[in-house]
Amino acid sequence: MSESNSLKGRKVILHDMCLRDGMHAKREQISIEQMVKVATALDASGVPYIQVTHGAGLGGNSLQHGFAPHSNEEYISAVAAQMKQAKVSVLLIPGLGTMKELQSAYDCGARSVHVATHCTEADTSPQHIAFARKLGMDTSGFLMMAHLNDPAGIAKQGKLMESYGAQTVYVTDSAGYMLPEDVKARIGALREVLNPETEIGFHGHHNLGMGIANSIAAIEAGASRIDGSAAGLGAGAGNTPLEVFAAVCERMGIETGVDLFKLMDVAEDIIVPMMEHVVRVDRESLTLGYAGVYSTFLLHSKRASERFGVPARDILVELGRKKMIGGQEDMILDTAMTMAKERGLLKSA
Amino acid sequence: MKKIRCALIGSGNIGTDLIYKIQRSEVLEPVWMVGIDPESEGLARAREMGLKTTAEGVDGLLPHVLEDNIQIAFDATSAYVHAENSRKLNALGVLMIDLTPAAIGPLCVPPVNLRQHADKLEMNVNMISCAGQATIPVVHAVSRIQSVGYAEIVASLASKSIGPGTRANLDEFTYTTSNAIEKVGGARKGKALAIINPAEPPMIMRNTISCLTDDEPDQERITASILEMIGEVQKYVPGYRLVNGPLFDGNKVAVFMEVAGLGDYLPTYAGNLDIMTAAATRTAEMFAEEILKGTIQLPAPEVA
Repeated sequence: MSESNSLKGRKVILHDMCLRDGMHAKREQISIEQMVKVATALDASGVPYIQVTHGAGLGGNSLQHGFAPHSNEEYISAVAAQMKQAKVSVLLIPGLGTMKELQSAYDCGARSVHVATHCTEADTSPQHIAFARKLGMDTSGFLMMAHLNDPAGIAKQGKLMESYGAQTVYVTDSAGYMLPEDVKARIGALREVLNPETEIGFHGHHNLGMGIANSIAAIEAGASRIDGSAAGLGAGAGNTPLEVFAAVCERMGIETGVDLFKLMDVAEDIIVPMMEHVVRVDRESLTLGYAGVYSTFLLHSKRASERFGVPARDILVELGRKKMIGGQEDMILDTAMTMAKERGLLKSA
Repeated sequence: MKKIRCALIGSGNIGTDLIYKIQRSEVLEPVWMVGIDPESEGLARAREMGLKTTAEGVDGLLPHVLEDNIQIAFDATSAYVHAENSRKLNALGVLMIDLTPAAIGPLCVPPVNLRQHADKLEMNVNMISCAGQATIPVVHAVSRIQSVGYAEIVASLASKSIGPGTRANLDEFTYTTSNAIEKVGGARKGKALAIINPAEPPMIMRNTISCLTDDEPDQERITASILEMIGEVQKYVPGYRLVNGPLFDGNKVAVFMEVAGLGDYLPTYAGNLDIMTAAATRTAEMFAEEILKGTIQLPAPEVA
C-alpha cells in the first residue's frame, strides 16, 4: 500500500506543550493546581515529556510577555514532584532566559530543555546548550519560525546547534505556515547533515489545520520527536492536537507508548473546560498561518486592535510584512499606534 | 590643538566604527589598533586608515604605550579578557573605556552620569551595552520625576549588526544591561530583553522602554522629562528618535524608540553600533578635555 505503511513500527517520542505553549492561549493564567492536575493526568497517560512554565519560557515573566500568577520555579517544582514517569521540560530563549534561570529550573526538577533561537540565529545559543548538557539535561536546539530559512540554511543552523551539544534539533513551525512538503524538505536536509545519533524533532502550530499532516511528514523525513498539545491548547490556533496525533499514529502503526483513551480524556475532561476561548482556526489565527506571523502575536494583536481601533488582521499582516519575529511583541503596540496615526485614529505626538 | 592619543583594542564591528568617530574628534586621535588575527579585515582596514596595528593582543601594544604617549584605550574585545587588558594598561597610566560587558569599573551613560565620573577620574569606565546606552536615559528620565519600581527594556537588533562576540555571550549582555537599568537608570528592579532579527533589508535598531511607577504617573512632567532627555542623547547620536509614546496605561509608561546610525562602518540600520561607539567617544572626550586643561592628571606609569 501507501508509504504510510512504511512508518509501521517507528518509535516516536511525544512532547506535550499545553502547560507552556498553552499558557499563551490562557494569557499566562494557569494556576499551580491546574498545572499539577493536567501534568499528573498526562503522566498517567504515558506522555514521556511535559513542558511547563510561562509561555515564553525561562525569564518569560515580563511586561513584554505578561506575568503568570506564579514563578517558573514554583510551577516546575510543583509538577516535577508529582511525576511518576514523565520528564519535565522547559523552554529557554537566549536573550530572554539565561543560564542562571536554567540552573534554577534544573534545581527545581526540570530535566529536558528546548533551547530556542530564531531559525537563522543558532549562534546565540552555544553557552546555553553547552550548559544544559553540563547539567545532564536532555537538550534540544529549537529553530523557530523555520519557514523563514530554506532547507540548506536550516541544515546549517541545526549543524551548529549539534556542534554546541544539542542531542535533538527541532524544526519549529512557530507561525503554523508550513505545508508538508516544506517540513519534509527541512527535516530531510537536517537528516543528511546531522550525526546519525542526533535526533530530529518537529513542533507544529495548527493555523492552517496542518499540524497532524506536517507531523506525519516530519516522521517520514526522519523526525523521531513530535511536540503537540492536549486538545491543541497553544498559541494561535494551537499546537498539533496531541490526542489526535496519537490516534493517527496508532492507525499508522507508529509507536508512541501513550494510552490513547486516557489522553483523549485529558483533552476533553480537563483541557477543554480550561479554555478561555475555543482554540481553533478562526479568522485571526488563520491570518497568522497565511501571513507567516508568530502565533503568540494573536492575543496581543486583538488587544491592540481593541485599544487603537485598527483591525487585528491588518496589524498581523503588517507585522508579517515588516518581518517581525518571536519576542517582538512590543512591536505589535508600536505598529498598531503607527497604523492608527496613519488612519487618523490617533493623534501624532 | 593638541589631542589625546588613543589605542583601540578589538578590530571587530565596534572597534572599526570607533576609528571613524575618534578621527572626527577635536580632542582624540586614534593611533593604535590591537587585534589577535594578522589576517583580520579589521586590522587591514585600520592600517588603511593610518593606524599602527598589532596582531599580538594587548601585549603587542604595551611596549609602545609610553613612546607613543597613549593615554586612553578603548576595549571592544570580550568580558573575559577585559580585566587583564585593563590591569596592564592602567599600570602604564592609561585610562580605560570598557565597551565589553565586563563592567569592572563604574557604569557610564553620558547624559545621566558622565560628569560624576570625570570629576572622580575613574581609570576604568564601563559603557554597559548598546541596549543600555539606548534605553537607560529614558528610564532615568522617568525615575528622576517619580520612583520606578520596575523597568524593562526590549532591544531589537538587526542580525547583520551583531558580531560573533556578542552572539556567543548573550547572557553577559543580559546581566550587565539589567543591572545597569537599576544602578544608572534608577529603577529598583531592571530587566533587559534582546531580539536579533534577520529581516532583509535589515531593520533599524528599535528599543521599547517600559517603566512601572510606584504612584500614578504625572503624564505631563514625565513626557517633558523624556523629550528633554531624548534631546540630550541626540547631541551625540542624531538618529535617536521617538517613534511612539509615551503611552500611559495605569502605572505603566511605555516609550517606543528607534536609533539610526551615522553609517560610518555599518549602514544606518546599525544604530546599536553607533550609540555605543558615540557614547564611548563622548565619554573619552570628556576625560580628554579635562586632561588637556590640566584639571585632571593621569597617574604616572608604574615602574615595571
